[in-house]
Amino acid sequence: MVKKIYFQSIFFSFLFIKEAFAAESGGMPQLNPEFWVSQIFWLILTFGIMYLVLSKLILPKISNNLESRKSQILENIEAAEKQREDSDVKLKEYDEIISKSRLEANNIFNQAREKALKDISAKREVLDKQIDNEISEAEKEIDALRKNAPDKINKIAIETSSELLQKLIGAEVNNSSISAIVDDLSKRNGDKYYGN
Amino acid sequence: MAANPMSQFDVYRIGPEIKVGAFDISFTNASLFMILSTVSIMFIFNLGSKKNSILPNKIQLLAELSYTFVSKMINDTAGSKAKPYFAFIFSLFMFVLFCNMFGMIPYTFTVTSHIIVTFVLAAFIFIGVTVIGFIKHGFGYLKLFVPSGVPAVLLPLIVVIEIISYLSRPISLSVRLFANMMAGHTMMKVFGGFVISLGIVGGWLPLSFSVALTGLEILVAFLQAYVFAILTCIYLNDALNLHH
Repeated sequence: MVKKIYFQSIFFSFLFIKEAFAAESGGMPQLNPEFWVSQIFWLILTFGIMYLVLSKLILPKISNNLESRKSQILENIEAAEKQREDSDVKLKEYDEIISKSRLEANNIFNQAREKALKDISAKREVLDKQIDNEISEAEKEIDALRKNAPDKINKIAIETSSELLQKLIGAEVNNSSISAIVDDLSKRNGDKYYGN
Repeated sequence: MAANPMSQFDVYRIGPEIKVGAFDISFTNASLFMILSTVSIMFIFNLGSKKNSILPNKIQLLAELSYTFVSKMINDTAGSKAKPYFAFIFSLFMFVLFCNMFGMIPYTFTVTSHIIVTFVLAAFIFIGVTVIGFIKHGFGYLKLFVPSGVPAVLLPLIVVIEIISYLSRPISLSVRLFANMMAGHTMMKVFGGFVISLGIVGGWLPLSFSVALTGLEILVAFLQAYVFAILTCIYLNDALNLHH
């Protein structure tokens, strides 16, 4: 109820204001020529002033602003493009340097490898030769030993047998006859003992 | 009990009566709102063009968007030859738009709801376009009334129709804007009156209509300004490019 009174009072106060402004005549106020001249005059005046201000002062400024922004953006884009190209070139250089150094590294590695291999083979040859020499010397020694071995054995056999005979029989035996027997035995059994 | 819905269109004198010869050029509420509209246009666009920053602030963005909007509209409809008339069409569009929009504020006066205002604008455009057409093409401008590819038998009829349609341009242009604004505001007033007469109980329905109509009228206010400007561009295009 209070609300209704409140709202209605607002509405009616609006109405009252409106009423004060309203003209008495009915119909379309637009067709009443009383203020036509005044409206035409003020229209031309206000519109004319606005047109002059806009066309002479404001619109050129806005167009300038737009143009300068456009050109600045274009410049920035160009600069960015240039920098991109620069960076591309630098990237290419970098790639070249990388591939070049990789090649170099490969070369160096290969050279070092070859050199090492050469060293190894040279050393191996020297060592091989030394080893061969030593082997052949050792073989010679063995050969010499082998050649001397039967004589020495014969001698030992003769001496041993003569001493054995002396102790067993108590008589001196002629060494030469013993040696003849040993020679004969060694000739017969030489193959068995020496593997000749 | 509701006030006369037409009383919102009354023009009344503010201040003393000013007379120049036989003509009454007193300052009226219409003059007040013309000045309000033009001053606010100049104020807003002056603010929007003052600083030139790469990243525009809101008011600068508004000004620049309006600029590009109108310039694109002119370029699309009238071509690049219409560039010298950009300032006029821009002023025209902004003037009509601001007058319409000021009219949407309650208790204001809608300048463009008066036939005399829209007719003066339309007549100025009509005369201007005709003068431009004759300057650009001489009497060749009359070819506008003779469309190409029309059989000779029909030609007299077509020419008469073309001339009538050309001459009715200022009337259609002015009446379109004036009638739209007047009808919309009258309707809103009528619905507002229903709200009062139905009171707190039944007033909600017309009130909701009123709210919806307000949205519609704001759309119409923009649309009519746009239509007014774009029709001007089309007429200008006829005068500049003459291909009918």
